[in-house]
Amino acid sequence: MTSRDPAAIEVRDLAKSFTLHSQGGVTLPVLRRLRLSVSAGECVVLSDPSGAGKSTLLRAIYGNYKPQAGEILVRHGDRMVDVALAEPRQILDVRRRTMGYVSQFLRVIPRVPALLVVAEPLRALGVGKADAIERARAILARLRIPERLWGLSPVTFSGGEQQRVNVARGFIAGHPILLLDEPTASLDAASRALVVQLVHEARQRGTALLGTFHETDVRERVATRVVSLSEAEAA
Amino acid sequence: MSGYNFAYLDEQTKRMIRRAILKAVAIPGYQVPFGSREMPLSYGWGTGGVQVTAAVIGPDDVLKVIDQGADDTTNAVSIRRFFARTTGVATTRRTDEATLIQTRHRIPETPLREGQIVVFQVPIPEPLRWLEPHEAETRKMHALEEYGIMHVRLYEDITLHGRVATSYDYPVRVNGRYVMRPSPIPKFDNPKLDRSPALLLFGAGREKRIYAVPPYTSVRSLDFEDHPFTIEAWEQACGLCGSRESFLDEVIVDDKGGRLFVCSDTDHCERRREGAR
Amino acid sequence: MTERALLTVRGLSKRYGDRVGCLDVGFNLWPGEVLGVVGESGSGKTTVLHCLSGRLEPTSGSTEFLQRDGSVVDILRLPEVARRRLARTDWALVQQNPRDGLRMGVSAGANVGERIMAVGARHYGQIRGQALDWLSQVEIPRERIDDLPGTFSGGMQQRLQIARCLVTRPRLVFMDEPTGGLDVSVQARLLDLLRSLVADLGLSAIVVTHDLAVTRLLAHRLLVMRGGEVVESGLTDQVLDDPQHPYTQLLVSSVLQP
Repeated sequence: MTSRDPAAIEVRDLAKSFTLHSQGGVTLPVLRRLRLSVSAGECVVLSDPSGAGKSTLLRAIYGNYKPQAGEILVRHGDRMVDVALAEPRQILDVRRRTMGYVSQFLRVIPRVPALLVVAEPLRALGVGKADAIERARAILARLRIPERLWGLSPVTFSGGEQQRVNVARGFIAGHPILLLDEPTASLDAASRALVVQLVHEARQRGTALLGTFHETDVRERVATRVVSLSEAEAA
Repeated sequence: MSGYNFAYLDEQTKRMIRRAILKAVAIPGYQVPFGSREMPLSYGWGTGGVQVTAAVIGPDDVLKVIDQGADDTTNAVSIRRFFARTTGVATTRRTDEATLIQTRHRIPETPLREGQIVVFQVPIPEPLRWLEPHEAETRKMHALEEYGIMHVRLYEDITLHGRVATSYDYPVRVNGRYVMRPSPIPKFDNPKLDRSPALLLFGAGREKRIYAVPPYTSVRSLDFEDHPFTIEAWEQACGLCGSRESFLDEVIVDDKGGRLFVCSDTDHCERRREGAR
Repeated sequence: MTERALLTVRGLSKRYGDRVGCLDVGFNLWPGEVLGVVGESGSGKTTVLHCLSGRLEPTSGSTEFLQRDGSVVDILRLPEVARRRLARTDWALVQQNPRDGLRMGVSAGANVGERIMAVGARHYGQIRGQALDWLSQVEIPRERIDDLPGTFSGGMQQRLQIARCLVTRPRLVFMDEPTGGLDVSVQARLLDLLRSLVADLGLSAIVVTHDLAVTRLLAHRLLVMRGGEVVESGLTDQVLDDPQHPYTQLLVSSVLQP
């Protein structure tokens, strides 16, 4: 990857603060004039301590948080889309086809079995049901989720199991951009190793990854570049 | 009869009814509201039919009145006598001689011809009433041709009974447009409505509606493709004249429960017997 | 994205003298999108629904709808004939109380079949076949096809209403508190069903509710209403996770987490 290749993610002058109206309108600035870019094949890891705004940045890129200022450009197909300004349905299209997200918490919809939870991103891309379920089986097997759990809703799973379902769902579609927010939290060493493998494979495919990892060993194995937000905010 | 106008109603009323009739003829099957008058018989006894007849009858008419096919039941006799007194027109029992036939619940077996008028007595004119109690809404449904619920009714019948169980007052579609109740004639008579050479007029006195089917208008009974409309059939023939084609009434003839099937149309039966002699 | 909007609402207002039902509401709705309209009682969300679905006449505003043949029509200026026909075929309204949206006096099968009979279906066997299909799709046991809706539970009545609405494959579905009055477990099942139907059939929907959990599950976008006005709008997860307007923050923080 040469430096002339356009970045997959290009964040410019991003400002994000939270105003809590119920608490007298106090404003908490979290990100100030942040600049960051991530190219295809990179795995950029944010290295700050908790509370610095790592999650905030990831969520802002995903369109889940609304920035006060700045641009968040992502490569969507053959164009750059500014997530900060995009219409909701554009953001949904970007999430569907381009940008995946693995968070620490699996939002569980009751009654939907793990297989369908994991298959959903493929179905959203138009993959046929049988095919999608086959691929979901493969990745769940790979992440060592016992087969007897596949037909059950993740409501009753342990934290580690839920997290692996989350990871499976995030990686299955092979999105060109992946945002990872503590994807290895609550995983044992063996499972962490599997996630590291998935990250490597994604990088091989040219995926641009941006994430936070609590465990030092994971960070060291996946990062191609480590960035701290305070550096990225230096104007 | 002194003190009464020809045919009992005053001329202005007749004019009003004739206007309603003209509208009804112009829009086959459409229920035209009219100012139903107080008549010397109560609601439910044919006041609508009587008002229509009174509006169209003229001195040269020959009137026949039947009730359930018979000329000699109480109602038929009363109405015929009423018109005889208030108009002085000739009356008859013979369908082929009549120019004007008022009927309750049957169409004569003898084929009708051009120039004849049949006046039907109608209790409830509105076919949609079974499911929609609001007049404002049913009027809208007719105007917008929203007749889905008529087939819902037939669907329910088939679901409950395996076939359409409605056997009289069977709803029809007139001229491909309005859905109409043909009055409580048996469904056996429905085919006679289709492209009849006669003018068919329908009067509902209590509900204050008049509707009409002009001569040679298409009248199709509602049905499903896989449950087509069928008419009644009897194993027996008429015990008096031997007819196998007419609508038969079942009559108990003695205290032991002996039964006889006879033509409901008394004139038709009598003529067949005359012909056989 | 050059796709045309299915519904374009501009300046929708309903006044009752000095009182405001809703004021200057505007949004676009695209094919396959679910829009949630949330707010508490008196927010104007139901007024907006009634104005759009034809039950109320708005004081001002325009509502353009993209018909199947590609032409655009202003719903509010359509003659009643056309509006009623649209309401029977291309649109559907799922009422909060299923009894309001069903014919309680006829069987489940007749309820589902009515809309297709209304547009000309004349083969009993086929109508019954379609009704059976739809009952399966909404998870009502096929044996119940000839039962009266009064014998169904609340949740099943609601699913029957949905089947009745969807049989003509409408492109736009209005839902008024679709899970209101149902037990929580029943709600979950119903929402699951609605989610799949919306996705499988590519429906667009406008879901009016006071329940934020329902919107998170069903809606792609949200309008937050208060006092007749839209105070915030945007992507559902963004509005719920990063509310900007004070009222939205209040709403979101008021939801009890069990």
